[in-house]
Amino acid sequence: MNITNEQVKNMYQTMLKIRKFETRAKDLFAEGKIPGFVHLYIGEEATATGACANLRDEDYITSTHRGHGHIIAKGGDLKNMMAELFGKETGYCKGKGGSMHIADATKGILGANGIVGAGHNIAAGAGLAIQYKKTDQVCVCFFGDASTNQSTFHESMNLASVWKLPVIFVCENNGYGISVSQARHQAITDVSVRASAYNMPGVTIDGNDIFAVYEAVGEAVSRARKGQGPTLVECKTYRWRGHFEGDMTVYRPNGELDAWLKKDPIPRIEKYMLENNIMSEAEIANENAAVDNMIKDAEKFAEESNVASLESALVDIYSDMVEEGRVR
Amino acid sequence: MRKMTYAEGIREGMSVKMRENPDVFLFGEDVGKFGGCFGVSAGMWDEFGEMRVRDTPISEGVIIGAAVGSAACGLKPIAELMFIDFLTVGMDQLVNQAAKMRYMFGGKINLPMVVRLPSGGGIGAAAQHSQSLEAWVTHIPGLKVVYPSNAQDAYGLMLTAIDDDNPVMFIENKVLYSVKSDVEDEVKPIPFGKASVLREGTDVTLISYGRQVFDCLKAAEKLAKDGINAEVIDLRSLFPLDKATIFKSLEKTHKVVIVSEEAKRGAFTGEIASIIAEESFFELDAPIKRVGALNTPVPFATNLENYVLPNEQDIVLAVKSQF
Repeated sequence: MNITNEQVKNMYQTMLKIRKFETRAKDLFAEGKIPGFVHLYIGEEATATGACANLRDEDYITSTHRGHGHIIAKGGDLKNMMAELFGKETGYCKGKGGSMHIADATKGILGANGIVGAGHNIAAGAGLAIQYKKTDQVCVCFFGDASTNQSTFHESMNLASVWKLPVIFVCENNGYGISVSQARHQAITDVSVRASAYNMPGVTIDGNDIFAVYEAVGEAVSRARKGQGPTLVECKTYRWRGHFEGDMTVYRPNGELDAWLKKDPIPRIEKYMLENNIMSEAEIANENAAVDNMIKDAEKFAEESNVASLESALVDIYSDMVEEGRVR
Repeated sequence: MRKMTYAEGIREGMSVKMRENPDVFLFGEDVGKFGGCFGVSAGMWDEFGEMRVRDTPISEGVIIGAAVGSAACGLKPIAELMFIDFLTVGMDQLVNQAAKMRYMFGGKINLPMVVRLPSGGGIGAAAQHSQSLEAWVTHIPGLKVVYPSNAQDAYGLMLTAIDDDNPVMFIENKVLYSVKSDVEDEVKPIPFGKASVLREGTDVTLISYGRQVFDCLKAAEKLAKDGINAEVIDLRSLFPLDKATIFKSLEKTHKVVIVSEEAKRGAFTGEIASIIAEESFFELDAPIKRVGALNTPVPFATNLENYVLPNEQDIVLAVKSQF
């Protein structure tokens, strides 16, 4: 595998950022500081991190309702993210998007998305733009197993393959569409088999093995950059938390979560780093402390930021018009 | 001055912008060598090539979704849906993505995209190819909606639509495609939100857009014979809406009939009526009247279709009921 120690360390830091950001978001939601819905990515960190480690700033991603991990992995700012979860004016979307709609055009993040499967078609559009402009950028489209039952999956996979668009379809198969297990929502075990319907390469890998993700997506990215078209990479993984916070996961068989906790991607990369002398125990502890501080800073920033002004609800609908407000 | 069909007006508007800006491109079902189902893009494939006048698979969801994605990545797509009825297939991409992304992302993204929507009945295409769905799209904050009635307006509104940084629904009337009208030698962009007064009058205001503008003009001629002098307003742009021109006309006529081809229940004409009732009620000397299609799907047989869709006689009757 062609990977430097520096890259491994960066990937470790990214996974920690995701894990700690999400863990803190869970607590803040429970404390009532974050309104609405939060869908946490805990347990799936290796997939977003391994995939995005192949990308440049100018490459694009599309994300899902469970998007925090993708956004952090693509370089999203923790402070702006946390402030958005709080609904503050310093948030990525000035408090108008929330958890499910964080985007950062400067980092190629075309948005988390509240509609299951909607990112597929937007990713095809990004691929179309790249092809049209003849650059060697790519777009990684993240989505879950259940979204592959939406028409958008078929439409975008078909378009991407017939037009050879530089899109990498990364399926995070976490075994569930909300509460319905994969066995109950589709008659296949490996989503990657669907690639054959589009004459597209499709692979299934262990989504909790960051190096497997890095390699498989890396190969797909390299094909896409060369104009050789799209790939479907299925990463088998698991979300530790419920579909959203507050979901009691009554649909999970006993023992299923415990089995996946043993496959936690973070101790796996720590073990690899120790065995290969990439980081020492002390360095790992220091890195954890450093990321803890980042999360604390993000929370402090969010706490101390102002709520959005009411007038701000009336702008940004159009680039050139402001809506009328109300008098109370 | 020259004569041009409505379809040619649309085509010229697109072609001018495509010559000017390499980021503008047209894509959709059969828009390429075939020239579009109604011939609107005829010849454009030859001029601009297959990448800029690009045939898509029959996949309306990804046509709109890819317009969103490519606009977000710096292009200026013009997406053609063969019929506005097919919007149903791509509705999520339009309503939940195109219309909302800018707002949800805190204004940090522009979506300069045009969706062309051939609309309306009158060609025997039956219920799935004849609808008028402008009320759906005008209802959604984040979309702009224009609906030209003639070649000059189609041309000028298209220039503006392509330059706009927001998603623009460009509704086209299928019956009007072959209708010729005068077009200035040099067409300037027509700003959105500016209605045009096609006929000045003093006794009643007829508000319409698209094909029904012509029904209104015919009705006005008939009414003139009975001594009723009707003013005819072509809205051209449904959102933004030119309320000022409507109110100014009502100050003169004090009566209004609003006409569209939509099934009347929940029609956009109802929105105009409510705006007038809320903001200009005391100008009115008679109840607001609306003329629309009957509340049925559009039937196939010519006699049935003609019965269900409105015509100038319905407008004449509506006006006369006010006197």
